Amino acid sequence: MEDGARAKGAGMTTLAISRARKLENRVMLGLCVVATIIAVGVLVAIFGYVLAAGARYVHLSFFTNLPTPVGETGGGFLNSLVGTGIMVGVASAMSIPIGVLSGIYLAEVGRGWLARTVRFVNDTLNATPSIVAGLFAYTLIVLETHRFSGFAGSVALAVLMVPTITRTTEEMFRLVPRTLREAALALGVPEWRMTLQITLRAAAPGVITGIMLAVARVSGETAALLFTAFNNRFLSTSLDQPMSSVPVQVYTYAVAPYEDWHHQAWAGALVLVTLVALFSAAVRLATRSKHKVMG
Amino acid sequence: MMTTDVAAPSREVPQRAKSLRRWGPSALRGWTTGDAIFRKACTAVGASVVALLALLVYELVRGSSAALSKFGFHFVVDKIWDPVQEQFGAATFVYGTVVTSVVALVLAVPLGIGIAIFLVEMAPRRVGTVIGFLVELLAAIPSIVYGLWGLFVLAPIVRDDVAPALRKTLGFLPIFQGDSHGVGMLTAGIILAVMILPFIAAVSRDVIASVPQTQREASLALGATKWETIRNVVLPYGRAGIAGAVVLALGRALGETMAVTMVIGNNPQIAKSLFDPGYTMSSVIANEYAEASGVTYLAALTEIGLLLFVVTFAVNGIARLLIWRMARERKARA
Repeated sequence: MEDGARAKGAGMTTLAISRARKLENRVMLGLCVVATIIAVGVLVAIFGYVLAAGARYVHLSFFTNLPTPVGETGGGFLNSLVGTGIMVGVASAMSIPIGVLSGIYLAEVGRGWLARTVRFVNDTLNATPSIVAGLFAYTLIVLETHRFSGFAGSVALAVLMVPTITRTTEEMFRLVPRTLREAALALGVPEWRMTLQITLRAAAPGVITGIMLAVARVSGETAALLFTAFNNRFLSTSLDQPMSSVPVQVYTYAVAPYEDWHHQAWAGALVLVTLVALFSAAVRLATRSKHKVMG
Repeated sequence: MMTTDVAAPSREVPQRAKSLRRWGPSALRGWTTGDAIFRKACTAVGASVVALLALLVYELVRGSSAALSKFGFHFVVDKIWDPVQEQFGAATFVYGTVVTSVVALVLAVPLGIGIAIFLVEMAPRRVGTVIGFLVELLAAIPSIVYGLWGLFVLAPIVRDDVAPALRKTLGFLPIFQGDSHGVGMLTAGIILAVMILPFIAAVSRDVIASVPQTQREASLALGATKWETIRNVVLPYGRAGIAGAVVLALGRALGETMAVTMVIGNNPQIAKSLFDPGYTMSSVIANEYAEASGVTYLAALTEIGLLLFVVTFAVNGIARLLIWRMARERKARA
């Protein structure tokens, strides 16, 4: 834009160079727009397809029925939905206290080499492939108890949840203004009560956001459950038995050669995507409104 | 969660409590006992995260000890994978993992940086927010959904459209020869590219947004076009951070399991053409672990997992170093 004005006053050669530069400018910036369109296009394509294919096959029976034998239609995901609920619940019960307290440690208590080590280790765990978490739960639990179990699956999921929760808790605690802490301390509140009743309360929306993100992530987790919780065609609520989960069931159906099972896989995928989209939107809303208040 | 991987340089909170304890009269002693307990409890839980990683490494080494002692270093370079004869080498899986990750990076890096430039330098604020959210949504889709889409939608497109077009235009290259059956290393690479794209875009966006406005203004004032400013000023300024984003994405690509397993064809071979099926380290674990019988077989699969862990550990260390270096440079400049 600014070289346009410059070029007008310049000689012929400058004008030519300027045209080439202008063209380069247009082309490269245009390519950036194209890149964005491609990414959004892929997103729309995936969402659109999952929505269209899934909506055709999600019926009420999907939520209320157990899987049927091959050739018999009308099966559902009840066992998988219950299994995912139980395992994510147990994994949350294990990982939320550890994650939140570790986050508080990093933000409020920890100094020096131990804090640096914890932060580094947490980042390492965060980047560990989920299948490795599955291997860990396998050698730790399945090998010892000689059976696949919902508990082993929960442990694998918990390993994946801890680093996310720790990290967001630390970040959220650091956002709480120091003046708030100082006000509490000045009133004679001991540090531990200040942390739990003042700081934690102020940071709560962000911390809950982190927990929700972790829950959303492991709800769609397949690799860590393949050989820990395995799968179960029947409704099982006992943690020492193999347990079904929505993603593993989708995988089982997707790679099987039956048309009806493929349909069910799409229905399962729609449920997973809906869950994730809802969580992401909720997180977006929560962080936007609360962070402004906290400055 | 996916987008916050750039570690902010930690700000140390002043040591309030310690100084309080120093000043405090003896009447405060009972008051600080609670603090001491609270601090110890937090420290113990924080340390337990370190213990968790130590246990994870220990379990992986223990689980793979039978294979470690039997095959040694040859495990990584040996091509034969024969559970019946109990001959195990991981070379074909390492090859598949490396090839698919490279394809993914080649596709995703230019796209990701392009998106980041668009979001920061070109898009109006509101448009940028919406598109930024959409791109982040890509990161939240479960890997199994990518796999399903890749298997039933993308693979046929690759077989019928992408592969023939590539063969016609770039068929003189060995990597684009032969027939495509849809599933193969190219399809796996494309799916991986879509999956790591949000990481590269989001981290690069943060890096580019952190380039001071004065740098851009100086360049524009000298008569540079917008693109020249981006190429000569903005991108070099954020080079280390963007490199960190790319390496971080590489770490994700190396360890990604389900989507790749569903579209790569799961055939342990070292094929030249990207159209051919392959096999990756994480895929072989996913496919064979639950049914593996025999101590050596399980140990060999666990060793692949250990290898995968070590590689992603190293890759993420490098990424962190790059991002840390950028933060330090910026501090020095400021």
